[in-house]
Amino acid sequence: MTFNIYDFTSFNRWIDEGLNSIMPPTWAMITEMAIIGIVFLLFYAVVGLFLVYAERKVCAFMQNRVGPNRVGPYGIFQTIADFIKLLMKELVYIKDSDKLLFNLAPFIVIIASFMALSAVPFAKGLHAIDLDIGILYVIAVSSLGVVGILLAGWSSNNKYSLIGAMRSGAQIVSYELSVGLSLLTIIVLAGTMQFSEIVEMQRNGWFIFKGHIPAIIAFIVFLVASTAETNRGPFDLAEAESELTAGFHTEYSGIKFAFFFLAEYMNMFLVASIAATVFWGGWMPFHVSGWAGFNTIMDYIPPFVWYIGKTAFIIWLMMLFKWTFPRLRIDQLLTLEWKYLLPINLVNILFMAFLVLMHWHF
Amino acid sequence: MNSFFKYFSDIFHGVKSLLIGMSVTGRYFFSPGQIVTQQYPENRKNLQMFERFKGEVIMLHDGNNQHRCNGCGICENNCPNGSIEVIPVKVTGEDGKPKRIIDKHIYHLGMCTFCGLCVKNCPSNALGFGQEFEHAVFDRSKLTKVLNQPGSSIIKGVE
Repeated sequence: MTFNIYDFTSFNRWIDEGLNSIMPPTWAMITEMAIIGIVFLLFYAVVGLFLVYAERKVCAFMQNRVGPNRVGPYGIFQTIADFIKLLMKELVYIKDSDKLLFNLAPFIVIIASFMALSAVPFAKGLHAIDLDIGILYVIAVSSLGVVGILLAGWSSNNKYSLIGAMRSGAQIVSYELSVGLSLLTIIVLAGTMQFSEIVEMQRNGWFIFKGHIPAIIAFIVFLVASTAETNRGPFDLAEAESELTAGFHTEYSGIKFAFFFLAEYMNMFLVASIAATVFWGGWMPFHVSGWAGFNTIMDYIPPFVWYIGKTAFIIWLMMLFKWTFPRLRIDQLLTLEWKYLLPINLVNILFMAFLVLMHWHF
Repeated sequence: MNSFFKYFSDIFHGVKSLLIGMSVTGRYFFSPGQIVTQQYPENRKNLQMFERFKGEVIMLHDGNNQHRCNGCGICENNCPNGSIEVIPVKVTGEDGKPKRIIDKHIYHLGMCTFCGLCVKNCPSNALGFGQEFEHAVFDRSKLTKVLNQPGSSIIKGVE
């Protein structure tokens, strides 16, 4: 076996061959699926808990506060303590609620973000499924989460929940367009929807540099639209604390609430990793074509570190949005999308197509 | 054509003001020295409260154990919670006339909301706010305090 932190392909093949040599192929496949499922479950929990902690720390520093600092050194066990507290809380039964949908909703939200996470390339070879329509798959699956939010609002038998869910629906319907179109801009440049190929094409320069002006515009639009799509501030109308108590998850308690909470943070992670992969090269190190020495030095940094670094930076940007801007009103939200982002995006796609046609990109 | 330019100038101004906001929070993020949170139990020894902090109502005494309170009772009348009781006594002054001075200025800390009406309305500025804030006691009768120190007298010329 050759374990190589720069390329996990041989490691994966070693596991695959090892399993196939001791059991029939069907069972080997089931075992592999189980292993990947457990790894993703652990990854999901760890990243989700860490992001909640990171958000609290980042917002504290932006407001000249200290943030959680009592549980463990620098408060790093704060979210674990919170999670244990949520696990032990009572699951309150809501009178006249639609029991089936009420219990189903958090699972739909969390499954949607799980499914989308499976298509993300973490490093070379560290990729659960490499679909040839990866981007399409992610767009399709990640917007399934809103079904869960709508169900949660509808089944709670609470007017605040319902208003929150309806707002979330209106928001997703409009901003999904911008997310799709801004990714389409890069697909025009890349000529493929497969994540592994998109990353491989950025070997001699990330798309944000290769596609220069239209790629930067597409990145900004994607950042704004995906912040809205994950229901984060300043677009958190669906759970606007000051207006709707907690929006669609008002009536949820205990572990069901924790599911919504985790899913929200994992959606943010997902969106940031899509942005990092499509615009900033994913796990691909920073390469400048022609500078061979510089490129070799950059190659020494493991791909996983590059991926995490880029994702963390974009997550930080989204946190900066949340803790800087006031919440939009619903009409301002729709104005921003339909009057500004969408026209800019459409013109931008034309611009990018023209650029690709004339070979004006790098 | 005018609205056309307005559309783009709106975008430009919007982005500009957003960037200004982001630069403010970003600057705070990268300058942890500006953190204003007091880590209270750890820095108890050298914790400095602000001058405007309203910890408790005190009567200001000078070095000779003298205060400025003449027992007029305006603070008692102004207190919305009835947390101040002024008990005056009549004594005979040096010139032989009866004179009203303070015996006890009783302050119920447990009822006080720190509104500051007593301090503001005192005609001779006898009251002020102290910066002590650790008021927890095991018996609520300990929250009733006498503000004029034992043996204190009024500063000459204030009455």
